[in-house]
Amino acid sequence: MTTRIGVVTFPGSLDDRDALRAVKLAGAEPVSLWHRDKDLHQVDAVVLPGGFSYGDYLRAGAISRFSPVMETVIGQAKAGMPVLGICNGFQVLTESHLLPGAMLRNNHLHFICKDQKLRVENADTAWTADYESGQEIYIPLKNIDGRYTADERTLDELEAEGRVAFRYVDGNPNGSLRDIAGITNAAGNVVGLMPHPEHAVEPLIGTGRTDGLGFFTSILKRLVSA
Amino acid sequence: MTLDSVKHAEQTPETELPWAELGLKENEYAQIREILGRRPTGAELAMYSVMWSEHCSYKSSKVHLKQFGDKAPASDAMLVGIGEQAGVVDVGQGYAVTFKVESHNHPSYVEPYQGAATGIGGIVRDIIAMGARPVAVMDPLRFGAADHPDTKRVLPGVVAGIGGYGNCLGLPNIGGEVVFDDCYQGNPLVNALCVGVMKHEDIHLAKAAGVGNKVILYGARTGGDGIGGASILASETFDSSKPSKRPAVQVGDPFQEKLLIECTLEAFAEDLVVGIQDLGAAGLSCATSELASNGTGGMRVELDDVPLRDSTLSPEEILMSESQERMCAVVEPGKVDKFLAICEKWDVIATVIGEVTDGDRLEIFWHGEQIVDVPPRTVAHDGPVYERPMARPEWLDALQADDASKLARAADGDELRGQVLKLVASPNQADKSWITSQYDRFVLGNTVLSQPEDSGMIRIDDETGLGVAISTDGNGRYAKLDPYQGAQLALAESYRNVAATGAKPLAITDCLNFPSPEDPAGMWQFAEACKGLADGCLELGTPVTGGNVSLYNQTGDAAIHPTPVVGVLGVIDDVARRTPMAFAEEGQLLYLLGDTREEFGGSAWSDVIHGHLGGQPPAVDLERERLLGEILISASRDGMIDAAHDLSDGGLIQAVVESCLKGGHGARLVLPDGLDATTFLFSESQGRAVVAVPRSEELRFTDMCGARGLPATRIGVVDGDAVELQGQFSLPLSELRSVWEATIPALFG
Repeated sequence: MTTRIGVVTFPGSLDDRDALRAVKLAGAEPVSLWHRDKDLHQVDAVVLPGGFSYGDYLRAGAISRFSPVMETVIGQAKAGMPVLGICNGFQVLTESHLLPGAMLRNNHLHFICKDQKLRVENADTAWTADYESGQEIYIPLKNIDGRYTADERTLDELEAEGRVAFRYVDGNPNGSLRDIAGITNAAGNVVGLMPHPEHAVEPLIGTGRTDGLGFFTSILKRLVSA
Repeated sequence: MTLDSVKHAEQTPETELPWAELGLKENEYAQIREILGRRPTGAELAMYSVMWSEHCSYKSSKVHLKQFGDKAPASDAMLVGIGEQAGVVDVGQGYAVTFKVESHNHPSYVEPYQGAATGIGGIVRDIIAMGARPVAVMDPLRFGAADHPDTKRVLPGVVAGIGGYGNCLGLPNIGGEVVFDDCYQGNPLVNALCVGVMKHEDIHLAKAAGVGNKVILYGARTGGDGIGGASILASETFDSSKPSKRPAVQVGDPFQEKLLIECTLEAFAEDLVVGIQDLGAAGLSCATSELASNGTGGMRVELDDVPLRDSTLSPEEILMSESQERMCAVVEPGKVDKFLAICEKWDVIATVIGEVTDGDRLEIFWHGEQIVDVPPRTVAHDGPVYERPMARPEWLDALQADDASKLARAADGDELRGQVLKLVASPNQADKSWITSQYDRFVLGNTVLSQPEDSGMIRIDDETGLGVAISTDGNGRYAKLDPYQGAQLALAESYRNVAATGAKPLAITDCLNFPSPEDPAGMWQFAEACKGLADGCLELGTPVTGGNVSLYNQTGDAAIHPTPVVGVLGVIDDVARRTPMAFAEEGQLLYLLGDTREEFGGSAWSDVIHGHLGGQPPAVDLERERLLGEILISASRDGMIDAAHDLSDGGLIQAVVESCLKGGHGARLVLPDGLDATTFLFSESQGRAVVAVPRSEELRFTDMCGARGLPATRIGVVDGDAVELQGQFSLPLSELRSVWEATIPALFG
């Protein structure tokens, strides 16, 4: 049986097609999920893609978090289903309280689009198993509200439990606390990050690197061996 | 107050209307009275005044633009030509591409963020209206002096507006230009290009055919924004009880536009649409009259059904409003429910506001009374046409006589070194990534090349690797010296940029930014540029598919340089064959293709080192451009070169520095026989490119150039970590990078 990975389209999702393509390139079956549909159509994992769902109105991710599909995603994630939130998807995950913290406007106040160096701090999550702990990878970053923030106690807890999954290296692009680029929940099935691994999956496209493909091969191996 | 219905207009023939305040000339108002056989109603006057404006009617430019059709080269690639919302070009494998560049100059000066944002919005809707999925945008931008305080107001706003709208819309921004010149101080040029892709069978045109078909307005609600200079309609003449000052610049909502894209493309895919039109300039006046005029003529519209943001709007205001993110579709009655269901799925408001009738009149009703009864063609297409007086400017002879080759040249290597540093750090030649990094270039996952490459390149088919490349170019300094040649130079540069990445140029779009047509000198510049461009396109075999004219770019007597901007579209069969600009391999050989002459007129060197503008622009040789293009494309296809960079402003040294910095390797250059160092480094002779050739390919490559008669001169090798001109100077990459990257952030960061 093929592994089915769903990608949710909210109104204003932009990188949903790219995420579907990345899933396919990794060898899994991509499945489009619609925000109004509570049914996850038997997918084994879900990607919440980047974009400006609901135009970032109110607050990035704040409205999408209440869409019908998220009701099921939140329930399933708590039951162990792997969920990856990329950029706006990460914002939806924090708004849903599946992950702690929040994203503020970049400290320089500009949208920034660049090839960003990251260190994989936790290679034991469902989405990072194909990387080595400490491995440095380049993944495109593009956002205006990307500055990760949380209270000191939460940050200490994340650090102590090894839940900082990715850190910015060679310069913090947006003022994120403790250079945090992405985090995981305690169980390691829910991962969110601001950079876009789905934009680094083909040698000819974008930055020309394929450092992001590991997210999608990691989850595929995990699901196949499960 | 009495509604100014058609009946009322007939009964009150002597009522004075504010035609002059709405920008109509006396003869134009007389013409409207003659067409209607009575005085127009207020609503009719509103429609005629906006549709007969320069912006919508092209009344001053039409006689000159005609050449683009008359002189169009025979091309198998053209599927839809000039006159539609955007031209359509066949790129093979069943795909068609539509692309167009437009200006949003004046709004962007008044309100930089929204002006630039809605410029993107408007051009994107033109592309969707053709049935295409937009796949990329580009922005050619021109500002006043980089260090002028007002540029610090305008530039960051424009850049944030383009980013804020385009990023949220999900279209990669893959290139464009940023140019600074005093002449744009009071008139920045904010042009926007969009390219879209569709299958041949999906091409849609704007027309309302089929009696009984429904006219559906969908998208944002209509508000009082964007009524513009015509806001007189909100003044006492019609109703003194209303707020009289409304914003002249529209406000954009990219989220709404994103929904509009998805819902329109889904409606096309379900074959629910007979005709479609976006609402841009002149709003409903334009959409209803153009749809009706392109169909059989008859249409009836109930203006009361238009969803409003502000319930106090008058019917005239509703007709003139330029509220963004609205479109108008003509749908068969049996398909209306399905169309509305798709709109509902995407949370887009959609309302049937009228239907196609069997008459030949556009009839609009308000509160049950008829307020418009016109032959739509007279509104949309048969506006006034002027042959404005033209005169070659008196100052031109003196300007052209002020020869740039007489300017002092560097005496030694040290002075040359200083000039190179000064050039690459000048605002026009410096790194623009502070600007372009505010745009998303990755979204949609098909970006093969983006700024600062010679052209942007987008893959359009995942399986075959079919792709398109686009570059936009213009050089107002050249055009000021000679508008005929200046237009051809813009075409040549854009053509060369596309070919340098390995794509075959197919067709062009243009944005003609000029001063006032009422000044004979400005009109002459415009006419010369049109002629130059039409002649050039004929020679290169690249037809004009459409574009935009922006006149009146002057503040008082201060006119901008005539600035024709050309966007060339090319096709590449497999994007894996594209040629990037970076010198990425040590040891590769550098060849200069083409002939180098002492040409400094309008050059970056004459500007940056001497503050000079005069003489003749570089000579144009389109036959040579075509040959150079063929060589670059063949070399890319057969894997003979690893990098190519076109030579344009700044000359050879600018191109070498950019390619070295991008690749992270230096270059050792040797001065060829018969050239002085200044000419070698800074001349802007056309028809040239620098390429990096792997040693194993050298013979094959030079043989090809020799056989086809293109001069190819070996000028050096990729090597080390400095750019060196043997015996003259050496510039470490670290030093070059620091000055090149520092300029723009220091000014605007």
